[in-house]
Order: sequence, then structure tokens, then C-alpha cells
Amino acid sequence: MKANYGYMDGSGEYYITIDTDHCNDCTDHPRVGACPVGMFEIIVDDYDDEVAAIKEENRKKVKYDCAPCKPVTGRPPLPCVEACPADAISHSW
Amino acid sequence: MTTAGIDLGAKFVKVLFLKDDEVLARTQERAGFEPVEAAKRAFAAALSESGLTENDLDAIFATGAGRQVSPFTKDSVTEVGAAARGTIHLYPSVRTVIDVGGEEGRAVKCGETGKVEDFAVNEQCAAGARSFTESIARALEVPLEEFGKLSLKSEKSIPMNAQCAVFAESEVVSPVHAKTPKEDISRAVHDAIASRIISMVRRVGINNEVALVGGVAYNPGFVDALERGMETKVIVPEHPEYVGALGAALTARERSK
Repeated sequence: MKANYGYMDGSGEYYITIDTDHCNDCTDHPRVGACPVGMFEIIVDDYDDEVAAIKEENRKKVKYDCAPCKPVTGRPPLPCVEACPADAISHSW
Repeated sequence: MTTAGIDLGAKFVKVLFLKDDEVLARTQERAGFEPVEAAKRAFAAALSESGLTENDLDAIFATGAGRQVSPFTKDSVTEVGAAARGTIHLYPSVRTVIDVGGEEGRAVKCGETGKVEDFAVNEQCAAGARSFTESIARALEVPLEEFGKLSLKSEKSIPMNAQCAVFAESEVVSPVHAKTPKEDISRAVHDAIASRIISMVRRVGINNEVALVGGVAYNPGFVDALERGMETKVIVPEHPEYVGALGAALTARERSK
């Protein structure tokens, strides 16, 4: 399942997509600790699978919470994307 | 088996009792500032309507934005999961569920069992939800119930650029002063809301058939704008605002077996 957390507003679409089908294959979920803001969490979804998700309190401000990892120039690889061994995470912006 | 679903939405609390596949009761209360109290009142009304007692219910599941604080419930299911489960129960051939409620919209791609395959939620902006239409209807001094019907009388599309409900209300002032007919303004508002929802639906893909659930599905202007924008027919259930509660009751039944 591709879970799209975030929002769109007049300035664009700000979604973090997590392909939760890959979460079952992963036991230690390294990306959860990789985010400097700590916006990831592990939840049990409606199908009793342990999957990664964006915390409720971060979903409405992902654009701003992710800003420190997205400088205008010389953008380094995103820590959350780098930490996920299954390439299960992507950002829309 | 008799189960109940309680949907604690942003605007209304809906309660549905389900025995096998028969709906025994549907009740709702405005959530207001005390959603738990509203849920208790809606639940009591459902007991009264069905003639059941709480002990007759084998399982009660919650859903909706306030599901974590729901009284009576044993467990919960997400709004996304409940919308998909309820819709597939009513229309097994649907693969895209659009759920537009009081303060947010959701698009869900689901499989034939109602299992969610992909989803997207617009969690922040009120544009694309009932709050948007409420504020503009208020600005135009048109009852909300008439606002959607009004747009069906328009044959002219005028652009509305604001992406935010607050700014849109300001933007409406200009066409009002320019004596633009209310039906054209109404259509512009519904087109704007629909375009935001469609943009979100495209993230998960438009897979026929498409169903619209949630209270905003009662708005014919929005349904028309959605159908024109997606160029596909949209199925609207008879009681669209109860589909989440139905999904919760169905999930309760499945998990209690």
C-alpha cells in the first residue's frame, strides 16, 4: 500500500509517500530514527501489519518539518530516504 | 452477529448498527465542542431506534478523526480503511473511493475485498471540504442546501484561483461586486473544490468505478464538478455520510469472528 501523508495548498503538493508493503520485510525500521525531526513512527495498520507512518502532528506541516533537510542549494540525500533499505519512501517536492 | 460502527467526524458523529447485512439504526449528532457527549447521544438514539440494548451488540468499532476518544468502542479502524470497507460492501465493483468530509478529503484505491492499496489525504487545507462550501455559501447569503443546486443552473465557468478557504471568501467579493450571477459563482467554487480533490485522486489513480462518500456527497454541485473534472461517472450511495460507520461495523464483525 502506498500511503501518501501530507497536503496540498496554493504553493504546491507536499506528500511523503511510504510503500508500506516493504515494511513487513524490515525488522528494525531504521528510518524511524533517521529523521532529525522525528516525524516517523511505527504503527499497526488496519490489517495488523507493523508499518511506518508520519506522526499525526507532523502531517499538516511536512513542508516546514522537512525544510532543514532540503536546503535550496547543495541538497544532500534525505536521511529518511537514505536510511530505508527497501527504497520505500519518497517525497513529492 | 450484531455490531456497531461509530464515526467521530470533524463535524458530525454518526452511529450505525448492523445485524448480518441489515442496518438496524442510523443516527447522527453534531460533534461540536463535546464529541464524546455527542457520540453518547447518537449511540443512545441508535439503541432507541433499533430497540436493542448495549449488551445485544457483539462488537463496537470506532472510526473518524476522533476515534481514539470514542466511548463504548473495543477497537478502531482508520477513516481510510473504514471508507474503503463500507464502500466495497455497497458497491463491490468500485476501485476508487473519494471521501470528502467536514474538514478533509481522502482518495483511496482499493481491491475487491475492500483492502486499501493506496491512499492520499489532504489533511491541512479546508479547500475541498464542507467547511469551504459553508464559508462561501455564508458569504453569498445562500442556504448551504441550496448552494450546490444553484451551481447546476450555471453554464459559465469562471476561474477561482484561491487555494485557501479564507482567501477564497475574499476572492468571491469581487464577482459579487461585479454583479456576477450567484449560480456562476457557485459553479466556480465547486469547480475549485473538485479540482483540488481530483488532483489528490490522481495521486492514487482514477480506477473505475469511482464512488463518492462523506457528507459532501449530498452536494449535487460538487458531484457534477467532480464528474466533469474526472470525465467519469461517480457513484453516490443512498446514505453517503454513514459509509465510514458502516465500514467500522463491518470491520468489527470481521475481527470478532
